[in-house]
Amino acid sequence: MEIPVRRMRGLVAAALLVAAACGSGASGDEGRTLNIVGFAVPEAANRAIAEEWAKTPEGEGVRFETSYGASGDQSRAVVNGLEADYVHFSVTSDVLRLVDAGLVAEDWDDGPTKGVVSSSIVVFAVRPGNPEGIEDWDDLLRPGIEIVTPNPASSGAARWNALAAWGQVIASGGTEAEAEEYVRALFDHVVSLPGSGRDATTAFLNGTGDVLLAYENEAILARQNGEELDYVIPDTTMLIENPGAVLIDADPIAEDWLEFVLSEEGQRQFALHGFRPVVDGVEVERVEGAADPTDPYPEVERLLTVEDDFGSWEELSEKFFDGEDAVIARIIAESGKAG
Amino acid sequence: MTAAALDGAGPATSARRPRHPGGLTPASGLGLGVALVWFSLLVLLPLAAVAATTAEGGWGGFWRAVTNEQTAAAIRLTVTQALLVTAVDVVMGTLVAWVLVRDSFPGKRLLELLIDIPFALPTIVAGLVLLSLYGPDGPLGVDVTNRRPAVFLALLFVTTPFVVRTVQPVLAELDPEAEEAAASLGAGRLTIFRRIVLPAITPAIAAGAALAFARGMGEYGSLVLLSGNLPFRTEVASVRILASIESDDLPAAASVATVLLVVSLAVIAAIDLLQRRMVRRG
Amino acid sequence: MADRSRRRPPLGRWALRLVVVAYLGLLVAWPVGLVARNALDGGLANIRDILEEPDTVHALRLTAGVALTSVAINTVFGVGISLLLVRHRFPGRRLLSALVDLPLSVSPVVVGLALVLVYGGRDGWLGPTLEDLGLQVIFAPPGMVMATTFVALPLVVREVVPVLEEIGTEQEEAAHSLGAGAWATFRRITLPSIRWAVVYGVALSLARALGEFGAVKIVSGNVAGRTRTATLVVEEKYLNFDQGGAYATAFLLTLVAVACIAVVTLVRPDQSGGRSP
Repeated sequence: MEIPVRRMRGLVAAALLVAAACGSGASGDEGRTLNIVGFAVPEAANRAIAEEWAKTPEGEGVRFETSYGASGDQSRAVVNGLEADYVHFSVTSDVLRLVDAGLVAEDWDDGPTKGVVSSSIVVFAVRPGNPEGIEDWDDLLRPGIEIVTPNPASSGAARWNALAAWGQVIASGGTEAEAEEYVRALFDHVVSLPGSGRDATTAFLNGTGDVLLAYENEAILARQNGEELDYVIPDTTMLIENPGAVLIDADPIAEDWLEFVLSEEGQRQFALHGFRPVVDGVEVERVEGAADPTDPYPEVERLLTVEDDFGSWEELSEKFFDGEDAVIARIIAESGKAG
Repeated sequence: MTAAALDGAGPATSARRPRHPGGLTPASGLGLGVALVWFSLLVLLPLAAVAATTAEGGWGGFWRAVTNEQTAAAIRLTVTQALLVTAVDVVMGTLVAWVLVRDSFPGKRLLELLIDIPFALPTIVAGLVLLSLYGPDGPLGVDVTNRRPAVFLALLFVTTPFVVRTVQPVLAELDPEAEEAAASLGAGRLTIFRRIVLPAITPAIAAGAALAFARGMGEYGSLVLLSGNLPFRTEVASVRILASIESDDLPAAASVATVLLVVSLAVIAAIDLLQRRMVRRG
Repeated sequence: MADRSRRRPPLGRWALRLVVVAYLGLLVAWPVGLVARNALDGGLANIRDILEEPDTVHALRLTAGVALTSVAINTVFGVGISLLLVRHRFPGRRLLSALVDLPLSVSPVVVGLALVLVYGGRDGWLGPTLEDLGLQVIFAPPGMVMATTFVALPLVVREVVPVLEEIGTEQEEAAHSLGAGAWATFRRITLPSIRWAVVYGVALSLARALGEFGAVKIVSGNVAGRTRTATLVVEEKYLNFDQGGAYATAFLLTLVAVACIAVVTLVRPDQSGGRSP
């Protein structure tokens, strides 16, 4: 029994041609195009900023090609060849990956905002009305409290929560040993480690846990979309700094874009979408979804930052997450074994 | 699966087993060549690249990545859950195929339509609906989230179609003569099933089981929301791979992936061996 | 087959039906119904909204194109490989058979990684060369077709192989001895007898291709309006808390898969004893 080889090859060739035809749908576009690769949450904000920018002479008529997804995935995609002029990621390590790959200049963070384009803080998301009365870090360790937090191992962005938990002990005068003890106790209360912030929010909204370690911007975004959760800002918490950078080979218009993003108008759009502005003088009257829409971004009593409290992102990655005896990784593994 | 036909006499219904399968003719040899090139470009080469990346870390790196306690636990969990699910799929899948082919009742066509849907659902959506139905807020009062059964349930959901769909066409092609003959000779239903039908559909069941197991090993999206990824408890191997990728430790990720591939290959081969022995005995 | 049904005591048959219906109901029907309910929550508004977004419409079309191409490739090679595996003997046959199932077991995370390692434009084994020749694989539709073909690879083969074994070669040998050429034999004898297996395989492959997410996400780059598929749109909406939009897109995807399967099941007869001509 023989195979009709010729026919098969013909069909295959046809199929491949179709595939190639789909592939060569290259956008032969006139005018400037800006390729933005970013993490998921600021998509709405970036779109709003783009609309405002289009009203300016620099931004007029510029086309956008955008890709949004999990910060780490996006960063790796750019390293693997995904075209980008401007990137906006959730953690510094995702930009550093591009620096290592030679795609972003080493002085990317020399600007006035040190490369940070949007920011937020770590908050506790709770059920409407805060039935458990969770106000601060110690409340998280009360017996029976179940915590949901994204998994620092599989999500770079999830590392902010762990850093906040650790840092707040040190900032209150505790030793490293006490910080480790606290974080260990915290992870003993963790009932779910979803892969990303969004998944964690979903798990929480579907009934898992009493409190969710979340980012303020995501909590606000959720509330803007009618999801039912409240959030509490602890006295001491971590400043989440989202870096943005223009790539080395980028279209020069990307620099104009970055400038606009860092301008008052750009930051105002971020503020309207739940992010804390990184420049001064940004006025927003009302941010829907914030705990108090008229005072959306109350000052935090003690704000931890990477620079002040942890040295540098490279240092803390090595010490807490990726190194040989990384503290947080070890704690999480041990909490699993114990349970 | 494939070689069953060639070993030993087949059961009564399938007396028409190929007796002397040919060696390769020039045309089919060419066809094999083309098929192999395609298979290599699409599958073998990429998988070889993964293996090569494993090698970058050397034996030391490989060993460390794989024997890491958390990772080993994740691999164990993945394999055992996939095996369990496959076992259930084999039984239920055959049952479902039987009812769909041999029975007829109003609404049966609707069931036919439903079976393939777990496949077509993007895995996030699968995860979302499973979460809303079998999570803390679920209407049934059943909450499997963040516990082992969550992994089992998600895998069961995505592997449902396999055994059903491989057994159905074979069941439908079965010549009823042998069964009717046996029945008229007084054989009970169960005997007929066991000695006539089962051997005939065993290769199909095995094919479906291999598919179900394979899918179970690789599944990720639909169980991530449900399982909670708790180390040593509900964390599957894919999560460990992702963690390594996130830390830019590609050799470690590739090492775990390679182990999973080897295990899959071993189990698939074992299923093939098992069903060949079963067919021979029956 | 009617005789057999009569001989079976009603209780046994009803029990079997009940078990099967309950199993499929709890495991499949209910979750799927929930998708439909969430999508249609508030009428057709969700569906209309997503169909009005140009990016989403592009994504749906891209998904269809990629899925159909990959299914075509898988069907052609699937049937070819099935014939090779069953009708011929050659060294490495068992190995090839086991290898064919392997792609399904590869986690989507790894599929994407593997394809990028080989076909990535910057550092891949073959990627840079291919790009110099003008063919971009990763972050372009060819890569997406490859990823989709990869994950659905065994499906047609595993459907066709058991049936090929079951039906044997008598008719083909008879045709051959009567002087029929290979292609004529294939077209008139083999193909019709494996028709339903192929159709099931195609339906499964299509469903799998439509629903593929993880691997495609990695190799496509997820560029809105260019390489974003429907499943990636679902994810985007999910990430932006647009539940209605996410479910509506998923619902549309599912409808297409169901439509294909419906065509299959409506056209095929209820039972078939023996080979259909």
